[in-house]
Amino acid sequence: MSTIGYQQWAVDLAQVTSIYPFQGSEIVMTIIGVVFWLGWHKVQFNQENQQMNGASEVENTPSDTS
Amino acid sequence: MDGNLNALTTIFTEFYYWVTVVFMFMIHVGFCLYEVSASRHKNHMHTLMKNVMIIPLVTITFFLFGWWIYWTFPNFPLFGTLDLDAGQNNLPWSETMGPNLNDHITGVFWAAFLLFSWTAASIVSGSVIERIRSSAFWIHAILIGSVFWVIDAAWGWHYAGWMVRELGYHDAYASGVIHAIAGGYALGVLTVLGPRIGKFDSNGVARIIPPHNPWLLAVGIFMIYTGFWGFYAACNVPIISPALIDGQITGATWTATNIYLTPTTLSAITFNFLMSLSGGLMAAYIVSKGDAFWTFSGGLAGIITASAGNDLYHPIQALLIGAVGVICAYKLHYYVERKFKIDDAVGAVAVHGYAGVVGLIISGFVLWGVPSSPFEGYAVINPIGQLLGALIMFGLLGFLPAYLVTRVQSSLGILRIPETIELKGLDFVENQSRELAEEHLVAIEKERSVRDQTQS
Repeated sequence: MSTIGYQQWAVDLAQVTSIYPFQGSEIVMTIIGVVFWLGWHKVQFNQENQQMNGASEVENTPSDTS
Repeated sequence: MDGNLNALTTIFTEFYYWVTVVFMFMIHVGFCLYEVSASRHKNHMHTLMKNVMIIPLVTITFFLFGWWIYWTFPNFPLFGTLDLDAGQNNLPWSETMGPNLNDHITGVFWAAFLLFSWTAASIVSGSVIERIRSSAFWIHAILIGSVFWVIDAAWGWHYAGWMVRELGYHDAYASGVIHAIAGGYALGVLTVLGPRIGKFDSNGVARIIPPHNPWLLAVGIFMIYTGFWGFYAACNVPIISPALIDGQITGATWTATNIYLTPTTLSAITFNFLMSLSGGLMAAYIVSKGDAFWTFSGGLAGIITASAGNDLYHPIQALLIGAVGVICAYKLHYYVERKFKIDDAVGAVAVHGYAGVVGLIISGFVLWGVPSSPFEGYAVINPIGQLLGALIMFGLLGFLPAYLVTRVQSSLGILRIPETIELKGLDFVENQSRELAEEHLVAIEKERSVRDQTQS
């Protein structure tokens, strides 16, 4: 068993094309890539909102003089 | 790869593009240094992060759809439909978009274009520092880097693009397809985003906000110059036979070509790169009265102005064209700043946008009548075609989409940081704990100092 489809290199390289693992699942991998990309934006946007709100609250809170 | 010559040519081409990509990484490093140097201390890390994250975001989107756009859009929508056959091999699930022993070129060619994408986004990044939300900017980075510049490349920087065929559009080293569009895009964002607090006084007179570190800024721009060499080389096909071009060129003499497959040499573009850099530096020094910021940027603007025709110009022509572009860009920068209250923090609209437009227009006259393509039926290079090309790059694909998207972001309240944070500095937002800890330490030190003085 080999994830790239070749268990040994005793082959004519002129006949070899793709050599990455899990050939045939390219569309699934693309969908995972899209989810990863868009998910990153969502998480980043939420984090940025929290940071902005937090900073504004700190800035507007009277300082502790004790 | 059957045959030794074919194998050698293939591996040489693969290695050639790979080297250009490594060189072009210097452009991004340079932009980061330049941008951070131009920002104020309170915004350093945020400014750096905003630019660095262009790299992954444009890369993933250029893999997912940017590269497909380039191959699919050359005639869409005005002169044909989407070329789905050409796009097929460049979809993210295509077997050539990964390790493949029968394809040595797609990865390095994809990467060369990708580095142009980073550059386009990075140009916009500098102009909007110190007040835009990162999340808002990164949407723009993806749009300019993986959508709009790629469309303009398909139209005007592709051997079969409709602008080349119908208009005779010629832009060998991207005066328009990278620089004019990025400058126009930056202007579209800035028009809605507004100036930094304090940039204009109560009478509307612009204040100078000088770069905090001129030395680092100089290093940054020298790195951009260095990376630009790689950019120039990446715009060429290093070696190709007339038979492979399959156009009107006769004989069997192999040649380097530009992106349109018309002949040039690395020697030619090396002459002109250096001469246009020199013309830009010299003109900028005079017009800015020796201002370091403008002199360094002027070198870049000189190259950008001459880039449209630097595959063909005589070096003295490149020198003078670079100089003229810089004078125009400098004057336009201050005119637009005064008239429209545009705060372009690093002069990106001028150095890239105005210089790129001026360069396209000049090239239309200087190269009038030169064949734009090795193929039959293409318009020759001409002033009207170059002017229309400049308007398409700067206005239609640059300014307009940027303005519209930024208006939407503004109406949703997700464009600009709150005023209190802008005054405090963006680094405070992202590193509050550290900033507060530092303030606390300073307070303790002051208290101790006062106590010591009282006791003594």
